[in-house]
Amino acid sequence: MSFSLTINGKSYTVDAHPDTPLLWLLRDYLNLTGTKYGCGQGLCGSCTVHLDGESARSCQTSVAAVGGRKVTTIEGLAATLGHRVQQAWIAEQVPQCGYCQSGQIMEAAALLAKHAKPTPQQVGEAMSGLICRCGTYQAIRLAIARAAAGGAQ
Amino acid sequence: MRTELTRREFLRSGAVGGAGLVIAFYLPAKAEPKRQGTKPSFQPNAWLQIDPEDNVTIWVGKSEMGQGVRTSLPMIVAEELDADWTRVRIEPALADTQKYGNQLTGGSTSVRTSWERLRKAGAQARAMLIAAAAQNWGVAPDSCRTENGSVIHELSGRRARYGSLAEAAAKLPVPEKPPLKNPRDFRIIGQSLPRLDIPEKVDGSAGFGIDVRVPGMLFGVVARCPVFGGKVARFDATRAKAVKGVRAVAPISSGVAVIADSTWAAMEGRKALDVTWNEGPHAALTSAEISRRFARLAAGPAAVAREEGDAEAALKRAARKLEAVYEVPYLAHATMEPMNATAYVRPGSCEVWAPTQFPSMAQQVAGKIAGLPPEKVTVHITLLGGGFGRRAEADYVADAVETSKAVGAPVQVLWTREDDMQHDVYRPASYHVLRAGLDADGRLIAWTHRVVAPSIGGQRGEKLEGGLDTSAVDGAADLPYAIPNLRVDYVMANTAVPTGYWRSVYASQTAFANECFLDEIAAAAGKDPVELRRALLNKAPHHKAVLELVAEKSGWGQALPAGRFRGLAVHGSFHSCVAEVAEVSLAKDGTPQVHRVVCAIDCGLPVNPAGVASQMQSGIVYGLSAALRGKITIDKGRVQQSNFDDYQVLRFNEMPQVEVHIVPSSEAPTGTGEPGLPPIAPAVANAVSAARGQRVRKLPILA
Repeated sequence: MSFSLTINGKSYTVDAHPDTPLLWLLRDYLNLTGTKYGCGQGLCGSCTVHLDGESARSCQTSVAAVGGRKVTTIEGLAATLGHRVQQAWIAEQVPQCGYCQSGQIMEAAALLAKHAKPTPQQVGEAMSGLICRCGTYQAIRLAIARAAAGGAQ
Repeated sequence: MRTELTRREFLRSGAVGGAGLVIAFYLPAKAEPKRQGTKPSFQPNAWLQIDPEDNVTIWVGKSEMGQGVRTSLPMIVAEELDADWTRVRIEPALADTQKYGNQLTGGSTSVRTSWERLRKAGAQARAMLIAAAAQNWGVAPDSCRTENGSVIHELSGRRARYGSLAEAAAKLPVPEKPPLKNPRDFRIIGQSLPRLDIPEKVDGSAGFGIDVRVPGMLFGVVARCPVFGGKVARFDATRAKAVKGVRAVAPISSGVAVIADSTWAAMEGRKALDVTWNEGPHAALTSAEISRRFARLAAGPAAVAREEGDAEAALKRAARKLEAVYEVPYLAHATMEPMNATAYVRPGSCEVWAPTQFPSMAQQVAGKIAGLPPEKVTVHITLLGGGFGRRAEADYVADAVETSKAVGAPVQVLWTREDDMQHDVYRPASYHVLRAGLDADGRLIAWTHRVVAPSIGGQRGEKLEGGLDTSAVDGAADLPYAIPNLRVDYVMANTAVPTGYWRSVYASQTAFANECFLDEIAAAAGKDPVELRRALLNKAPHHKAVLELVAEKSGWGQALPAGRFRGLAVHGSFHSCVAEVAEVSLAKDGTPQVHRVVCAIDCGLPVNPAGVASQMQSGIVYGLSAALRGKITIDKGRVQQSNFDDYQVLRFNEMPQVEVHIVPSSEAPTGTGEPGLPPIAPAVANAVSAARGQRVRKLPILA
């Protein structure tokens, strides 16, 4: 089937089985490899993208289910307010291996878009759906606080 | 059954864009950059290049898996070079032992074993740049000095950037023994410099193994027998090939590969594959049986690893005796990036892109399959989405190379999370029997520790003299405490469960047993855990230093809020010493919650202190996951866990506050990737034991 998608502000027409997860469409069809595969079950959050600005697990979202929603991936985040989250991530030197960080940043950006000054509970609820094996959680907490406080400085 | 694509099919699959795919070719692991530009560059050795535009390129021979080697190793070169750090860029080296020496990234060795070599590399260049400037200016080399990428002659006020000297320096002989800096003059080493790999890791452009894209590539997954040691009995590819996008089905050593024009199509094809397994001789194996066997073996003969005094006699005369059994389970690595590799085998050539900790092993394995000498195999080392020892293997490389060879196209083989968890090489389960004797004054006069565990080397066919695997008693045989009568021995307890190197290897088991048992002894002797250890560490100054630092920084001995308890552990591994204090409380349902961890490390001179602190955080989080919930269990010869729902790891909401303190040192750097891990399980277990009033002797704590 043919699907029309808007990803990072660009239009794409792709021919794919309707069940194809958005994750693999992004990675293998469109070469947007910043979105990562971690578990395929919505358990780790490495594949997190935005659909109309809301966080979504792309491994659990079929291409057919995207509908008319605008997709934003880590590659397109810098063009949005999410940019300051990326800057805060650099300032706090968050990544170690870095593999999960696209998802972590996308989740944090969606959280901050919804709650400019999130409570610790809101941060905990949003970020506990994601896994980092390198142990960057403490740095992520600091980076979110920094981004919420207004930027990288 | 057909295993090869026809040329026509390959050409068609190469033009995957025709099926609605948009392919831009992306090669994250760049080939070795051109060392011959239009203008001559200065390359005194394998490690660095300075071009006339003043750019300093430093090759990193070790694999970046999060530990920061793409920053710390260049810092060492740049220090001795006296480079302008803002002009430094890095390139990952290709696999090439001839050129870069041992590239195995493991055993917390990268900084420690590169230290002298990389200092020399930088110093050679610096000496030659000085000589070139001195020659130009007609002055004595020792009247010149360097600073931040320039050679300076103070007397005449002359100054030249390194780039302008590159051409002249390149013509000079390379000194064998260049003068090294006095560590007092270090201005790069010892600074918490920002990591060079962070920007690419926040915008999605970082190239991990799974991100490799090669023109015409296909994607594969492998159906593997779920039972250890099992094989394919027969398969029928008809239904798999009927899945849209599936290009080929090929038997390989590890199972049956399904190759498609996307990963998703390959996974769908694998679901449709009809395969019958020959489960082999281990189809009845269970964790319970393994545990019983360990207990049985513990009562039998053992190989002595260390013996001092007469522990049996001392135990006989002891006023008080203690005995305890400690047990830990098998563990998976569960790197966030599951195993994968990309390979392209052509007649007479083999190219591999792999997130590997062991590039020369990848070359060997690939070469054997491709029929080439190892050095003819090109291995591009991508970024690693976690390593933790798992990527010191080459099984995932073999999958890709065999599959590419079978279909005659470049193929990326990905292990799904389930594949990764169920076909790992596991941290060995182990069983520890410890005994101690106290005299009438409460002094520790005897200690025995019997380690019963599979031997990683032994299971791979290594010959082990007298049944002793010295690696398996790491942390047990080198117990730092001064005890007059001591015996540590080992019983090899190999099983069909494949085992491998898991962050800190056997120290993760032995530290748990040692440090928890020592707390039992402290309680029996009525001594404070810090005081007991301090008294036994008079001949182990590094251990004592971290113990004292952690006691001070954690506020040991000071009152805690009601319901909070502290636990302590000290352990030396990979030439470093670490002490950790955990603060724990029990939730209403009895679940332990870790609130705070204070860590003290002595790792010699910290090259990048922020990097050291990150590695301590990392080891603590990885070890905490294992201590609280980590457990791989076996039933019917197969792993029962499959994903992060049944192999649970630490999440954000469980993260304690971690504080890291580094013992000041001017000694040569020692390991940091692993040493932060071993103390966390016993520190937490000791705190939980205090909270519960009952000893924790088995991991995971939340079993």
